[in-house]
Parts: sequence; structure tokens; C-alpha cells
Amino acid sequence: MTALDLTPAPGAAPVGRRIARHAAMEMKLLLRNGEQLLLTIVIPTVLLVVLVHAPLADIPRPRAAFLVPGVLALAVMSTAFTGQAIATGFERRYGVLRRLGATPLGRSGLLVGKTCAVLAVEVLQVALLVAVGIAVGWHPRGSVLAAFALVLLGTVAFSALGLLMAGTLRAEATLAAANLVYLLLLVVSGIAFPLTDFSPAVRHALRLLPSAALADGLRAALDHGAHVPGRPWLVLAVWAVTAAAAALRWFRWG
Amino acid sequence: MATVEVCDLRRSYGSVRAVDGLSFAAQPAAVTAVLGRNGAGKTTTVEICAGLRPRDSGSVTVLGKDPWRNPTLRPRIGVMPQAAGSGAAGVYPAARVGEVLALFASFAAHPLDVGALLDRLDLTRLARTPWRRLSGGEQQRLSLALAVVGRPELVFLDEPTAGLDVAARHATWSLIEDLRAAGVTVLLTTHAMDEAERLADHVVVVASGRVVAAGSPAALTREDGGTVRFSAVPGLPVADLTTRLGTAARVREVSPGEYAVEGVPAQHALATVTAWCAERGVLPDRLSTGRRSLEDVFLGLTGDGPPA
Ligand SMILES: Nc1ncnc2c1ncn2[C@@H]1O[C@H](COP(=O)(O)OP(=O)(O)O)[C@@H](O)[C@H]1O
Ligand SMILES: [Mg+2]
Repeated sequence: MTALDLTPAPGAAPVGRRIARHAAMEMKLLLRNGEQLLLTIVIPTVLLVVLVHAPLADIPRPRAAFLVPGVLALAVMSTAFTGQAIATGFERRYGVLRRLGATPLGRSGLLVGKTCAVLAVEVLQVALLVAVGIAVGWHPRGSVLAAFALVLLGTVAFSALGLLMAGTLRAEATLAAANLVYLLLLVVSGIAFPLTDFSPAVRHALRLLPSAALADGLRAALDHGAHVPGRPWLVLAVWAVTAAAAALRWFRWG
Repeated sequence: MATVEVCDLRRSYGSVRAVDGLSFAAQPAAVTAVLGRNGAGKTTTVEICAGLRPRDSGSVTVLGKDPWRNPTLRPRIGVMPQAAGSGAAGVYPAARVGEVLALFASFAAHPLDVGALLDRLDLTRLARTPWRRLSGGEQQRLSLALAVVGRPELVFLDEPTAGLDVAARHATWSLIEDLRAAGVTVLLTTHAMDEAERLADHVVVVASGRVVAAGSPAALTREDGGTVRFSAVPGLPVADLTTRLGTAARVREVSPGEYAVEGVPAQHALATVTAWCAERGVLPDRLSTGRRSLEDVFLGLTGDGPPA
């Protein structure tokens, strides 16, 4: 048997190391999960490639200029909202949140680590989708800075919504609801299919969805340059603040 | 000063009083066992001490501090939550054994060597196995490893040997003994009498959220006149036998047909029981004297029937 020196030597590792190691673990788990990869990587990429060429729908031309911002919004939603909600829901059920919260990592470290993992996965998604977009004829232009800021704001809004769901519903309910919301928002947010078939009143209402606001905002930022109208920012900000406040109020750790 | 000091602790879930005025202390570098059957309030107590749960009232001092929402205690404490039943041992289901132990180690300033700890708990060959594919006993061993890898000065182990086979149970016991020898304070819960008797310096017997007895295993089982036990037909009038033995005597039907007599000298008890049975035409079987086991103490304190 190996000799172990069990003499107490308590102490926490530096906060940066704790969070980095936790974020790395979360990211590894995200990338290892087949269903998550389907949502975060496969579906956005396949939608982009297929819809650019498909002889269907009245997708505005140039199609790539419409589709790339849309699938980028979808990518953010899939990772920050759907993937995070499902994973966190089961982690709550299995007591992972409680146990990690009781280590030197702590609850705030846990949230920061999760956010870092989401952002890291988003970097991979964006890199892939931009590369595929260019391959299918997209010409990037406009304001990268504005797009970057919109992605960050969208990530906050969707993360808060995902955590709100994971922290209040049962894990199975979260799994079902998060997938359903993903599908619904994909169809009605003008992400891959334009909203032209809806009546103007409905269209207006749909534009208040966070996914629609993110897609609209990204389209403006990556097309017309720096000028992004105020509404997407405002809509995303309201979702972010409301969802974060609700998550802080109602999230249960165990 | 005690490492853990609990005074008049109370905690209810709705109308259920899980912990109902409980007090005890755990001394440094000693093993304290909280012993009680299912539902006695052990987990609630331990989770409150470990800072995982708030309390309704009472005072709890852990390493000189209030454990609730106290981040400064976290590096000093290791926790092994109860896994049986809920399955909520707190590990990512898809994470591999080696990965998750390395993760917990990375949170500590001076962690144990991950490889050596895996070796010690016979988990090395499972290092690349995801948590969800482990057997219950393997999960328990990893959970124990996670509790100690940060080299805490105090560990809370909630039913550390539940569901373990004999070999794994002994491996766990030996690690707990080594922790104590190294100066770590251990607070564990169990419903296994032999475990408390073997490991604990101090036993706290809990029933219905209250302490019904506390002391060293030796003190709790000390002979007071010795216990005389015998088997006979169930349902004998024990009150009548008590009268015959004298006021100091305590007679119980421990389980149907199994009787225990305490509080009187063994010689007197043996003679009286034999005569009393003969008068009734009953043949006492397996008449024996002896020191009380912790099990006798436990059953006497917490009512009839074996602990669940
Ligand atoms: N989260 C909870 N909600 C409601 N009742 C609970 C909860 N946890 C424990 N209880 C109840 O409190 C009592 C004590 O439970 P517990 O502390 O788990 O005891 P033990 O660990 O000794 O089995 C039991 O009656 C149990 O059913
Ligand atoms: Mg319990």
C-alpha cells in the first residue's frame, strides 16, 4: 500500500487556478457529450450549409449574409441556454452544484467557471461557423466589435435564462423544456427562416424574443457596419437583467 | 476547545422535526460517530455542520466559526455526502475517476498525491472510468477520496461504508484510522453498531432528532451488573419478572422471544430467571451473561426492533 501523508495541510489554491481548472472540466464535459455537440455544433453548421444551397424558402440574398449571423445567434443560444440548462439541471439533481459549492471553488467560482466554459465553447463555434460561412460565399464586413458585444450580451441573457430553468425545474423537465424552446426559437426568431410569412403584428412581437434580437443585431452589425439599431440592444439587455434577477432570486442549488 | 460544538440545534422540514434540540461536541483529532437509524436526523445534522444547510435555531461552531455561508471554512473541511438513496453524491456523471479527483485536488493549496490516493483506495485501475459506470461501492470510495484530497483538518463522512463489501469496508476503516492518527478530526454517521464500536472515540446516539446517549463505546457498554439474556416463548409477562428481580432490574423483550435482563448481579438474575421460568413451565434457552454490546445499548435507547 502506498504511504500517504494525511497530516492536515488545509488551504485553497489561488482563485485563478481553481476557476481555470473547473472551467476546463466543464468544457471537456460539454465537448464529450454527443447530444450537446449535436445542438451546439452539428445543427448550426448543417443548417448553414444546407440552406445556402437549398432550392426552398424565400431566404433573402445573398443567402450567406442572412444565414451566417442567424446561425451565430443559434450557436450562442444552443451553448449558453440549451446546453447549459440541461447540464446544470442534472448537476443540481446529482448534487454536483452543492458539493462543488462546498469546496474552495465556492458558488461564485462555480458560476464564473461555467461562464468561462460557455464562452470558450462559443469561440470554437464562431470560428467554425465563420470558416464554413466563408467557404460558402460569405463576405465578412461590418463591425466585429459590435458583433462581439452582442454575442456577450446575448450570452448573459441566455445563460441567465438557462440557469433560471435549471435551478427551478426538475432535471427531466429542464431537459424537455430546453430542447423545446430551442426548437421553437429556431423556427420563429428569423434565425434561419425569414419572418416574412407572419403578419406585421406577430412579427413585431416575435422580434422581442432574445433569439430574434440577437439574430437581428448580428445581421445589422455584420452587414451594414457599425450601425446597429437600438432595439436589439434594448431587448437583449431587458432579457439579461430580468432573467439574471429571477435566477438570483429563485435558483436552488440542491 | 471542541472542533465541532452543537448546542440545542433544531431544523424542521415543513411539519417534520428532523433535528429537535440536539447537542454534542466532537473533539480534535478524534473520531466522533453519530449513530442512529434511518430518519434519526444524522444527515441533517452533518449537513448543517458542514455548512451545506441552514438551521432553524441553536448554535453550531465548527473550528471556532459559524459554518453557514462561511467560505473561510471550506478549505479546512472535507465533506463526503450521503450517496445511498438519493444518488446525489455530487460528482459529474460523465467525469472520469482520475479527472474528478484531480479537479478537487486542484482547488487545494497542498493536496494529497492523486495517484497515491487512488492506489490507497484501490481505484487506480478505474482512473479512466466515468463516474456513472462505477459500482455503488466504487462511487463511495471515490467520494471518500474527494473528501480528503485537499488535506482538510476536519472531515464529515455521512455513512461512509453504506453499501460496501467487506474488503472495501476495511479499506475505508483503515483510512479513517490513519486520518485520526495523522491528527484529522473525523465526524461520521453510521447505523452500523460494529463500525461505531470499532472506529469511534466518542459515540453520539441519536433518535428522533435528539441525543439519547453519548460517550465512549467502553463507557456506553460498561457492565452495570451485566446483562443476562435468554430465549423463550414470546410474550412472557416481563413486568412480573421485574417485580421478582427487584426495583433496580430492567427486563425487556428485545425481539419476540428474546429477553434481556439488566441492572442486577448476574448470579441473582440467572437464579431468578431459571426459577421464574420453571414456575411457568417455560424452558429458557441460550441463557447467557455478558457485557452489553453497543447493539444492546442502542436497542434499549431507541426502542424495540433492530435499526433499519
Ligand atoms: N429535504 C427534506 N425534505 C423533507 N424532509 C426531509 C428532508 N431531508 C430529511 N427529511 C426528513 O427528516 C428526517 C431526518 O432525516 P435525515 O436527517 O436524512 O436522517 P438520517 O440521515 O438519520 O437518516 C426524516 O424524517 C426525513 O424524512
Ligand atoms: Mg442520512
